[in-house]
Amino acid sequence: MAAAAAVGPGLGSGPGDSPEGPEADAPERRRKAHGMLKLYYGLSEGEAAGHPAGPDPLDPTDLNGAHFDPEVYLDKLRRECPLAQLMDSETDMVRQIRALDSDMQTLVYENYNKFISATDTIRKMKNDFRKMEDEMDRLATNMAVITNFSARISATLQDRHERITKLAGVHALLRKLQFLFELPSRLTKCVELGAYGQAVRYQGRARAVLQQYQHLPSFRAIQDDCQVITARLAQQLRQRFREGCSGAPEQAECVELLLALGEPAEELCEEFLAHARGRLEEELSSLEAELGPSPPAPDVLEFTDRGGNGFVGGLCQVAAAYQELFAAQGPAGAEKLAAFAQELGGRYFALVERRLAQEQGGSDNSLLVRALDRFHRRLRAPGALLAAAGLSESATEIVEQVARERLSHHLQGLKAAFLSSLTDVRQALAAPRLAGKEGPSLAELLANVASSILSHIKASLASVHLFTAKEVSFSNKPYFRGEFCSQGVREGLIVGFIRSMCQTAQSFCDSPGEKGGATPPALLLLLSRLCLDYETATISYILTLTDEQFLVQDQSPVTPVSTLCAEARETARRLLTHYVKVQGLVISQMLRKSVETRDWLSTLEPRNVRAVMKRVVEDTTAIDVQVGLLYEEGVRKAQSSDSSKRTFSVYSSSRQQGRYAPSYTPSAPMDTNLLSNIQKLFSERIDVFSPVEFNKVSVLTGIIKISLKTLLECVRLRTFGRFGLQQVQVDCHFLQLYLWRFVADEELVHLLLDEVVASAALRCPDPVPMEPSVVEVICERG
Amino acid sequence: MEDDAPVIYGLEFQARALTPQTAETDAIRFLVGTQSLKYDNQIHIIDFDDENNIINKNVLLHQAGEIWHMSASPADKGVLATCYNKTSDSRVQACAAVWRMPKELESGSHESPDDPASTAQTLELLCHLDNSAQGNVACVVWEPMGDGKKVISLADSHILLWDLQPSSSQAVLASSAALEGRGQLKFTAGRWSPHHNCTQVATASDTTLRGWDTRSMSQIYCIENAHGQLVRDLDFNPNKQYYLASCGDDCKVKFWDTRNVTEPVKTLEEHSHWVWSVRYNHSHDQLVLTGSSDSRVILSNMVSISSEPFGHLVDEDDVSDPEEHHAEKSKEPLQDNVIATYEEHEDSVYAVDWASADPWLFASLSYDGRLVINRVPRALKYHILL
Repeated sequence: MAAAAAVGPGLGSGPGDSPEGPEADAPERRRKAHGMLKLYYGLSEGEAAGHPAGPDPLDPTDLNGAHFDPEVYLDKLRRECPLAQLMDSETDMVRQIRALDSDMQTLVYENYNKFISATDTIRKMKNDFRKMEDEMDRLATNMAVITNFSARISATLQDRHERITKLAGVHALLRKLQFLFELPSRLTKCVELGAYGQAVRYQGRARAVLQQYQHLPSFRAIQDDCQVITARLAQQLRQRFREGCSGAPEQAECVELLLALGEPAEELCEEFLAHARGRLEEELSSLEAELGPSPPAPDVLEFTDRGGNGFVGGLCQVAAAYQELFAAQGPAGAEKLAAFAQELGGRYFALVERRLAQEQGGSDNSLLVRALDRFHRRLRAPGALLAAAGLSESATEIVEQVARERLSHHLQGLKAAFLSSLTDVRQALAAPRLAGKEGPSLAELLANVASSILSHIKASLASVHLFTAKEVSFSNKPYFRGEFCSQGVREGLIVGFIRSMCQTAQSFCDSPGEKGGATPPALLLLLSRLCLDYETATISYILTLTDEQFLVQDQSPVTPVSTLCAEARETARRLLTHYVKVQGLVISQMLRKSVETRDWLSTLEPRNVRAVMKRVVEDTTAIDVQVGLLYEEGVRKAQSSDSSKRTFSVYSSSRQQGRYAPSYTPSAPMDTNLLSNIQKLFSERIDVFSPVEFNKVSVLTGIIKISLKTLLECVRLRTFGRFGLQQVQVDCHFLQLYLWRFVADEELVHLLLDEVVASAALRCPDPVPMEPSVVEVICERG
Repeated sequence: MEDDAPVIYGLEFQARALTPQTAETDAIRFLVGTQSLKYDNQIHIIDFDDENNIINKNVLLHQAGEIWHMSASPADKGVLATCYNKTSDSRVQACAAVWRMPKELESGSHESPDDPASTAQTLELLCHLDNSAQGNVACVVWEPMGDGKKVISLADSHILLWDLQPSSSQAVLASSAALEGRGQLKFTAGRWSPHHNCTQVATASDTTLRGWDTRSMSQIYCIENAHGQLVRDLDFNPNKQYYLASCGDDCKVKFWDTRNVTEPVKTLEEHSHWVWSVRYNHSHDQLVLTGSSDSRVILSNMVSISSEPFGHLVDEDDVSDPEEHHAEKSKEPLQDNVIATYEEHEDSVYAVDWASADPWLFASLSYDGRLVINRVPRALKYHILL
């Protein structure tokens, strides 16, 4: 209740109520109004704010409810409440009613005063408005008068205004005319002063007018004058344009002015290009002069620098100016420029190529790469300007070409280095051994050759590696990233070199002379070892090095290491086999001569081992030492401890007796060969010139096989006397004593020597073998 | 097609000399000469019965000395020439002589007697090729197409042309020439070319091959350093007139066109020791036979340099179907290859030769006296023929 009463005055001053309206209303009425408002604003809101969780609003017994019914309420009270409570509620009710009455009275008083003052104010306002209305009326009449006057003034001034406008137009026209009349003199002045820009601007301004009024004689004259002057101007501009001294920017200006003068653009294009050509050609010819036939030629870096600054810079300027000036020319102009650039560029490239070709022989790769880098870098600018001319591509091509040539140059260099190191070895081998001064040993020579080749390879790799350095402008081109690394460096240079090395080495095997004299055997041995070393280690090392330095991204197939190794091994094997053949031949020749030249029938009883056999043993020992320097020992078959002691005693006592029994019966002959045939059945066939393995024993075995087989064949071609046979016996025993230690299987030596003696016995009409003990004595003595 | 097994015949003595009986065109017959210093040497006449695979032999005594080289007359079945060593006490002299074998043995119809020694017959000496002035005879060759009246002998450094009198009873030295050069040059082998009307002879000495014109006895070509080492043998291609084959101590067989002496046409390197003998097949010159001291005999098919590089070209008349003929002509050149390696020998093979009567059959002789008769593989034979 109290809350509702407190709201009352606010509601009472609402606009809907007149000031005089408020009276001391009955609480019911107020409540009614209150309720209606509440209804209007939404019951629930009001309820919620005022009486949270209040009782049912429709309850007629609720004192504050909208539907309060006093009768029901009283009935209810009377029925439900005891007397005391009724008394209490009555007093309570009375007290509340009193409080409400007093509140209402206060409110009514306050509002009343306010209404009174408001009424006064309104009355005063009414008076003031009435005064203002009069003044507004007066203003309206005054304004009408003013309008009237104004209209009259404008009407009077109209005529004069038109005249002034006309006069102003005439004035402007006159000024233009004056300009026109003065134009020739101005132009002349400008031309004299050299202010060509000004002149062209004047001319540009006047041209259209003159063009339009050329049917009037006076204007015609002016136009003619102007044209004369303009022609002169154009001529002077052209003159200036042609003068070589003026730089490209001034020229560009001239061209711009000429264009503005309406000169035909196409012609200007031509002329511009022709002029540019002259200048660029000068550059080119100065470059060419540097190339000249007798050059104190500047180094290639300087050359490309100069070319880059002079020619390429000029070309850039020309191209830029051209494109700026003749942009309006459209594709035809661009084509012209492209053709121009292409032609001159081509000539420039030709010069650069010539210069670079001179550089091919040179060894300084870094300088070359720097020069190429500059060259390539310089050409990127015009390349961007003139995509159509393809300068950049051509430049890249040139660089690639140079790179390729460089690679082949390095390959040649490597080959030459290899050959020269071989020549060194030859000389070292051929140099006469001075007493007390040992030449370098084979192993040292081998190490020298190997290290020199390796260092050459490394140097070449480092040198071509410059081409792919990051800071070099062309290193990110696809060629240098892919093909150059894989096909060029790895395949072309490294694999190519290793192959050619193998080929060179192999060529020693089939030298045309075939006498074996052409190539020193030691060289064959050394090369063979070199190839073998390559097979085992060096090839994979070099290729790994290459692959690391040149990260090969290309997917194209490359020669695998194993193939190269196989080639190297094959080369090594062939060389070693050839070495065996050559050395075997040397010894065979000795043996052959010794057998062929002697008269075996009339020889004396042997007292000594023949010198040639000693020589054979010496040579074999020397070969053994030589091979031992480079190759490992190798495997032998187990030796019997008394190898050196073996004599022909067994042979002499049993086999020989059996074979050469003097009793000849026609039915017996089948026995003569029986023993030797049986023996052959159980021994393996000897391949005389068979491939050898990579060890000392195998090499020596090969040489000894060849020598002894030769001895055998030669012996078979001769006829021996008794002492001849004995001499052969002695010789063979001597060989037996010394050769067994060199071979893998001493049985082999025994077998061949037995065969020799047996053949000699066959070739002897009177075979009386020497006592083994005597043979031994002779051999030990000799 | 199974090939027949080789037929092996053993001689008692060492042997180097082998020749087919050149004048015989029906029977397959080889002559083998032995080398023995202590016993009488023999010439074995080996008859081969191709159908039954049987060998019949007859033995003739050759008492003059051990035989180093032998060649049969192309005209007379009974006549042959030998080079032999005459050994006296302190001297060995190599001589040559022309012999006639007993009539009944000429055609080899005799059954071999059980005891060869008892019935051994002796050769009849026709004439000596007397050369005491010129030195040791290395070989004797007959004029291949002639009537058996002309013989060339090579003695040390001399080449001698002999005319045999009727019935071959006497040899007259018609002309001679000598090698000139540094050192002691000796001929090692020689062959008479069947081409050019039999006017050319080729010889081998040391590493050099030389061609001679028999009319003027002058040198017509010279292949220096034909082989890296000694040249052991040579043979003319019977069907291509400028082609010859040579072999030597460098284990190689080389084929030459005598019009270009700087380069061999082809080189074979199949043997592992000296090659002692090389022979073209008489009819099919792509078949080349070589024998070597590595105890092997190798038969090679040198089609690319033969007279039939495209295989056997059938004559137009023989072919009824022209298309077939066309197909034949367009064949690719065949590849050279080794047909077979024969390893029946256990000692050095010093002589190989083709039978004169059967182009598909050949003999090889090794030092231990083993004679092996082999045939060209059937497959190849039919390939060549068809």
